[in-house]
Formats: sequence, structure tokens, C-alpha cells
Amino acid sequence: MNIINIEHIAKVYKVGSEEVHALRDVSLKINRNEYVAIMGPSGSGKSTLMNMLGCLDTPTSGIYDFKSVSVSEMTDNELARIRNKEIGFVFQTFNLLARSDAVHNVELPLIYAGVSTSERRERAKQALLDVGLGDRMHHKPNELSGGQRQRVAIARALVTNPAIILADEPTGNLDSKTGEEIMALFHEIHEKGNTIILVTHEEYIAEHALRIIRLKDGLIEKDEVVEKRYIPKSKASFV
Amino acid sequence: MSALLLELNEGLAIAWRAIRANKIRAALTMLGIFIGVTAVVLMSTAIKGIDNSLQNGVSALGSDVLYVDKWAWFSNDEWWRMRNRRNIDMEDYARFKELAKLPAAIAPVTNSVQTIKIADRKVENVFLNGSTSDYVKTTNFDFDLGRFYSEVESNGSRNVAVLGSEISTKLFPRGDALDKTIKIGPVNFKVVGVLTEQGSTLLGAFNPDNQVFVPIGTIFKNFTSRHFGTVTINVRAASPEMLEDTKAEAEGVMRKIRGLAHSEPNDFTINQQEGLTDFLDSITIVIKIAGLFITGLSLFVGAIGIMNIMFVSVKERTREIGLRKAIGATRRTILAQFLLESSVICLIGGLIGLIAAVLLSLMLNQFFPTSIQYDVVIIAILISLLTGIVSGLAPAYTAAKMDPVDALRYE
Repeated sequence: MNIINIEHIAKVYKVGSEEVHALRDVSLKINRNEYVAIMGPSGSGKSTLMNMLGCLDTPTSGIYDFKSVSVSEMTDNELARIRNKEIGFVFQTFNLLARSDAVHNVELPLIYAGVSTSERRERAKQALLDVGLGDRMHHKPNELSGGQRQRVAIARALVTNPAIILADEPTGNLDSKTGEEIMALFHEIHEKGNTIILVTHEEYIAEHALRIIRLKDGLIEKDEVVEKRYIPKSKASFV
Repeated sequence: MSALLLELNEGLAIAWRAIRANKIRAALTMLGIFIGVTAVVLMSTAIKGIDNSLQNGVSALGSDVLYVDKWAWFSNDEWWRMRNRRNIDMEDYARFKELAKLPAAIAPVTNSVQTIKIADRKVENVFLNGSTSDYVKTTNFDFDLGRFYSEVESNGSRNVAVLGSEISTKLFPRGDALDKTIKIGPVNFKVVGVLTEQGSTLLGAFNPDNQVFVPIGTIFKNFTSRHFGTVTINVRAASPEMLEDTKAEAEGVMRKIRGLAHSEPNDFTINQQEGLTDFLDSITIVIKIAGLFITGLSLFVGAIGIMNIMFVSVKERTREIGLRKAIGATRRTILAQFLLESSVICLIGGLIGLIAAVLLSLMLNQFFPTSIQYDVVIIAILISLLTGIVSGLAPAYTAAKMDPVDALRYE
């Protein structure tokens, strides 16, 4: 069953009097438990597509169905709701709240979902355990290493049991060893049945996925299955 | 509903963390609100105090009393026109008393300013009130000691005196005035009564607290000739509802006594407290408006400070706003978050301001009439909240309408 169905979407920005065609004509389907990498040089429309997939933005034209519901015509509040329930974001710069500890950072989406205090505390702690941060629950971001911060962010993305995890250059701010650990974590998350969309410009990161979509000039250049998939050696053994 | 409470709770927590993260900034911002609220509360207690004080003073005069006088208290007429009026004398009073049927009490009043002495103490420029024993019925006096002078004492022009509370305190600090002999001018008087404090310090010499009451005959005998000067006829209506009828009757009776033809204007004036109240109101309203305007201005400046700092806060936290929106915060949630933050700052500032204002007005009360009302507490809290919401609205709206994509990319 496909979660995401995109047909002929385009996105046009107006910069001054000039029109910029960030996406020209893109169609793709993403099924449950896929592991997709989106690649492309800067200016290829990669970020625009990611924003679109993350329901942060709506297309200028075309169809975007998320779990068979049309996103194109959603209001701001409906978009916020679908982001909250169905999408887990992981950013390059982590985007944690600096003054809050790990548990509170992970709880955040559940607050907006209206989950009761005790339940969300429980779920946040479980999510932190799942990413191997059971002993760092009450540390603030500045007391954590880069890899640990990204794992808090992944826990935050997982805590709502979203339909897709959308990771934008998740290893971009990490050294290669830590990056590898994070990729191992994604691998594990995928094994558990989650759907992952990974946006990256690095070939070896993209090769962790099962499928690579290559963008160029607002169009899909290639949509291919990864033949020699890279499987992280260090099973996410953080504990 | 529970989601709303959760959001509120989270909003308060965020606000509290944000304030704690920038303690000095928050404190300086609060200072503006603190000063504004202190000023407004202090001003309103002062206004309330002035109002109460005047109200007490004026109502001590009695709202149902008419003063038939040669002089008008408040008039646009030239003063010389009134000066040329005939004096009201004791014969006029006697005939008035005979002809007027409606009043509950009628008393002639004349005044003299004298120095009062006892063995080792002296009070200068005391307002001496000379009348008859009926005078007390035209007032609402209560007595700390003794009584008003009697009809016999009044008719016989005995040298007896009733002291206002402040005069009594000055002459007899130990409160043992009763039956003591005092010297009014060169003449000995016996104290037969002391009035309970009437209130207003603002009415000055017209405050009964600063007066001494003696039989009218003693004034004519010792201080002022009865053929010199004019008396005022104090007329008390049977009830406040009867005031207008009593006034109409008094006017008719006086015109009859004076033998005025239809075409001639009154050569006397019937004054009443209402005139005084109107006059005082016209003064205090200016004080009130000016006072509240000036103090309101300081609150306004404080509100601008809040708005400024909230804009900075929104700008600083652009990425945080972007993140919150990305993970599901709606516009309303973000709006509420920043409104809560500015409201909390204002509320804290306002509460400290309120406490300061209460303490200050207790101190000021030594020199100036102030009056702390419970409603002031509520008003101060409402003002702070309102200031917080109004000054937070524009920054909060800016935050709420941010595009999550741009906000997340903001450096």
C-alpha cells in the first residue's frame, strides 16, 4: 500500500518579478516500509520536494495524496495536524530546544497531539530507550555529544509513531564515525517496519537506502533500486 | 479541552523558561510595567482618597440642608451686586421661623474668628460658629463628650461652647475638655461638649472639626454687633425628598419678608450642598483626568517596552518557532505561547507594582488622604494582563504567521 502518491507536481516561487521553477513535473509513489534516499545537487529541487513530502509546503499544481488524502488542498491547521501525527522530522542541525532536557524535547510533538502528561512522559522515555539514551534522559542538549543530540531528535521523530520518518541530511553535522552510528540506527528503525525518506547529497549515505531518487533541475533524473546496498556493520549497539 | 489545558500548561512552562533564560532583560521589561502599574494604582487610590474625604466633609454639612444667605456660594454675578443686598438680620430670621412650615429645623448662624486660650495653650484664628440650640438639628453631629448647648443656654446667651474634635485635641490633648473653662478672645466660656471627628481635612476652616460652637447671643454681645454683618439661616428639610418643596417655600417666605414685587429679583440666595458638590466635582475631575492620563502614559511606555522585547524574542527564536510548527504546533498555539509570555512578564511586573503601590499609599496616608480599595487589586491585575496581551499581540502574530520552511532555515 502506498503512503505517498505524487502525480505531476510543480512548485513555482516568485522571487521579485522572476518565477523560479523549483519543481517542474515530479511523480512518485512511496510504499510502506520503503527506505528511500533523495539525492541531487543544490538547486535540483531536493529541498522543495522534501518540504512538500513533509507537508511543510503545498504544490503549485499537481496531486499529492498522503495515505489517500489530498494534501494539496489542506489548510494550515490540517497540515500542522498531519505533520504532527504522520511525519517524524530529523534535521541536519538537530533543532532541539536548548533549555529543555532530552525527555521534554522528545515529548514536544505529543504535547501538540494533546497526549496526557503521564502518557507522554512514558512514551518519551521509551523512545529515548529505543535510541539508546536511557541514561541521558535529563541531560540538556549542551550536555550531549552531536551523535547523542541527533538520537534525541530521532527519538522525537519516532515518539508519535509516524507514517514516515523524513531525515534531511541527518549526518551532515556529524563526524563520519558518529554518522555511521546514526545510519545504523536508521537501519534498525527501518528493520522494525518504519518508512524512511532520507535527503542527502552524499552517495555513500544514500547507499544505505533501498531506493535512490535522483533529482536534477526540478525533474526526476533517475529512480533506481540500490543494487549494492550498504548495511552498517556496527549494529546499533549503543548501550 | 484537555489539549487546550495541555497547551496552556506548556505555554506557561515555555514562558517561564524564556523569562528565566533572560533574567536581566525580563527584569528591565518588568520594571516598565512595575512603574506604570504603581503609578496608576497610586493615583487611583489618591483619587479615591480625595473623593472620600470631600464626600465625608460635604455630607457632614447635610445633603438636606439649605442655607439662606446674602451671598451666593457659586455665582457668576458680580460680587458688588451681592454686596449691595440688604443684610439678613435676626428679625428676618424670626419672621422666617414664624412663616416657614415645612422645615424640620431652622437656625440662624453668624461667624467670628477668634483666638482661644487656656492656661498654657493657644489656638489662633478659630472659626467661631454662633447659632441657636436648633443648630444641632440642622447637622449630623455626634458627640465624643457632653452635649450641644441647650435652648435655655441659647436663649440666655450663656457663655458655653462646644468644641470641634481637632480644636479639642489641640487644647486638651488628654481629652478632658468637658466642664473646663476656655478663653475665647477676652471672654471665659465653659465647655459643654466635644464633637466626634467629622472627617475631611480638605475643607479647612469649614470643617466642623476646626470650629467652636457658641450661642449666637454671645457673639453679638462680645464680638460682633447684631446690627453689623449678616446671618445665614440654615434650614433643614424634613427629608431629602422634601428639599425642593422646602426650597420653594423658603424662597417665597423670604420674598414676602423682604416685600419684593414680582418684577424684582431675589436679594438673597438659597445655597445648598449640591452646589458645593458640583463645584468640588468640577475641580476633582480635572485632577482625575490629568492624573490618570499622566500615569497612564507611563504604563503606555512600559507596554512599548514589552512589545519591543517581544519582537526581539520572536526574532531570536525563529528556528524554535519553525521547529514547533514542523512538529505540529498550529498558528493558534504559537500565538498563545507568545501572548502568554508577555502576559506573564506583565503580570509579575504588575503584581510587584501593586504591592509597592499599597505600601506607598499606606506611607502617604500619613500626609494625604489615600484609600486602598479591593477593586484596585483586581483593576491592577486586569490592567497588567491587558497590557501584556495588547503589547504581545503584534509580536505573537508575527511569530504565528511565520512560514515553517523559512523559519527552520533562519540563521
